[in-house]
Amino acid sequence: MERVVDPLAKKPSALRAYSETIAFVVMVVALGVAPFFTYPLFLMQAMCFALFACAFNLLIGYVGLLSFGHALYFGWASYLSAYAAKVWGLTPELAILTGTATAAICGLLAGSLAIRRQGIYFAMITLALAQMMYFFALQAKFTGGEDGIQAVPRGYLFGLIDLRNEMAMYAVVLVIFLAGFTFIYRIIHSPFGEVLKAIRENEARATSLGYKTDRYKLVAFVLSATLAGVAGATKAIVLQLASLTDVNWPMSGEVVLMTLVGGLGTIFGPMVGAFVILVMQFKLAPIGEWVLVIQGAIFVACVLLFRRGIVGELANKLRIRL
Amino acid sequence: MVEIFGIPSQALFGQLLIGLINGSFYALLSLGLAVIFGMLNIINFSHGAQYMMGAFAAYLLLQYSGLGYWPALIIAPILVGITGVIVERLFLQWLYKLDHLYGLLLTFGLALILEGVARNYFGSAGLPYTVPESLQGGRNLGFMFLPNYRAWVIVASLAVCFGTWFVIERTRLGAYLRAATENPTLVRAFGINVPRMITLTYGFGVALAAFAGVMAAPIYNVSPQMGSELIIVVFAVVVIGGMGSILGAILTGFGLGVIEGLTKVFFPEASNTVIFVIMAIVLLVRPAGLFGRRG
Repeated sequence: MERVVDPLAKKPSALRAYSETIAFVVMVVALGVAPFFTYPLFLMQAMCFALFACAFNLLIGYVGLLSFGHALYFGWASYLSAYAAKVWGLTPELAILTGTATAAICGLLAGSLAIRRQGIYFAMITLALAQMMYFFALQAKFTGGEDGIQAVPRGYLFGLIDLRNEMAMYAVVLVIFLAGFTFIYRIIHSPFGEVLKAIRENEARATSLGYKTDRYKLVAFVLSATLAGVAGATKAIVLQLASLTDVNWPMSGEVVLMTLVGGLGTIFGPMVGAFVILVMQFKLAPIGEWVLVIQGAIFVACVLLFRRGIVGELANKLRIRL
Repeated sequence: MVEIFGIPSQALFGQLLIGLINGSFYALLSLGLAVIFGMLNIINFSHGAQYMMGAFAAYLLLQYSGLGYWPALIIAPILVGITGVIVERLFLQWLYKLDHLYGLLLTFGLALILEGVARNYFGSAGLPYTVPESLQGGRNLGFMFLPNYRAWVIVASLAVCFGTWFVIERTRLGAYLRAATENPTLVRAFGINVPRMITLTYGFGVALAAFAGVMAAPIYNVSPQMGSELIIVVFAVVVIGGMGSILGAILTGFGLGVIEGLTKVFFPEASNTVIFVIMAIVLLVRPAGLFGRRG
């Protein structure tokens, strides 16, 4: 006799319980084989932006802080990384570290100012500080002004591996992206990350439970800025270019858009969003300024119609965590 | 020639005047932001784009209907205000129950759309808009030359700012508005149509931005990006002043414009960034802003 199983009482299937792990494996495999099917340079750029969006998502998705000035950390890390590689002649890994350290310091300074105000003011302060640093980049000598820093040498990793080889460079970027991605995953699922989520849900309550919420917010801010810096510094080496585009406000808007499209507060959303937006920009490049209009329309559509984003909607439909 | 602190007085007063002009626009725009934020709890990121729309409306009215500056000063804000009403009905009204951040994101998207459309039709280069005939020329005040149009901008924006302050703080309509900001449910219970008030408030705030845009058209070129650069500075102004007080927004706007103008004389390299630096200092010393309440 067959037993009737109540589908609702069923234990979560293996697929459900391990949805994040499975998605991670799929992602690693996909990124591993992708360069054999499409342009490695495009993929590397996409991974840099994906890491940037993941770093941004750490703030908006898990602490509920909307930074509208993340281009500051991305762009300035990019400048310092390019400068270190080109002028100081540092090896690429040291150049990336230089850029990252810059972003961390900027994050500490900007973060300690911005967390003094909440909500909507936080967004405006981060935007204003980023604009200030944009003007510094515009006027400073070493950034090259309108030209930016061009023809940055990729150099030899650890002084050994020639990164002019596209596949070697790809491997480096993949490792950096996966390391950053895993690090963010660990932050979110650590006791520290739980406190962050508690602050997002109810800051007053977290304070009353004895947490110094300002300190938690500042640490999260610095972590996010630092990881955005890793992305920017790597991008400068990959594309051999650091320019004003990276520090200007549309870049801050773009990372918000990527995260929103992919899904705020999901692990994989920002990555998916970054790829979607970059593919869109790539395909739509011929129509010029209309890209701006389409991006704006996507913003409006996301906010009104699907606030969960692509991955968030998918996870909700399948009732899994992604 | 008279010198003050080693600077020729002509240059000093000239920059002071430019500072006052910029300050007029900061004041008008931050006032609009504050009025909208008070009622809708939304930071209107498209405020800069709507200021740009005002300038383009004036330009188009002149090109296609031959309507000059003075009619445009009335018609353009009304037209742009109507688009604001449509935007509120179509989009913003669905967001009031959500986190404030969604309002910011949606209006940011709108700003991108507006700027993108303007760039497609008019290119990135600025279009000229001439000063109206009645305000051409200027007068010599002895210590400096004052162009009539610039004097008019300062007077007009002061008048509009104080008019707005008067309506909100001293009239019955303003009392309804302030009450609805504090407690919309209770005000509705008294039979006042709060949703319509919210819609009209947004329309009015947007019209203020467009009014500033028309006034800016003869001074700066009419260009698609004229709003996006300005709005970020205005955000800093709003952070410094706090949005709790109408008079605070006006004073902060003019004050920062003047400080910016003086910086151009004494330390030109910092003139782009001085407002942001002041914002950082204010955040350190008085986190709630000069006129703001903690929040």
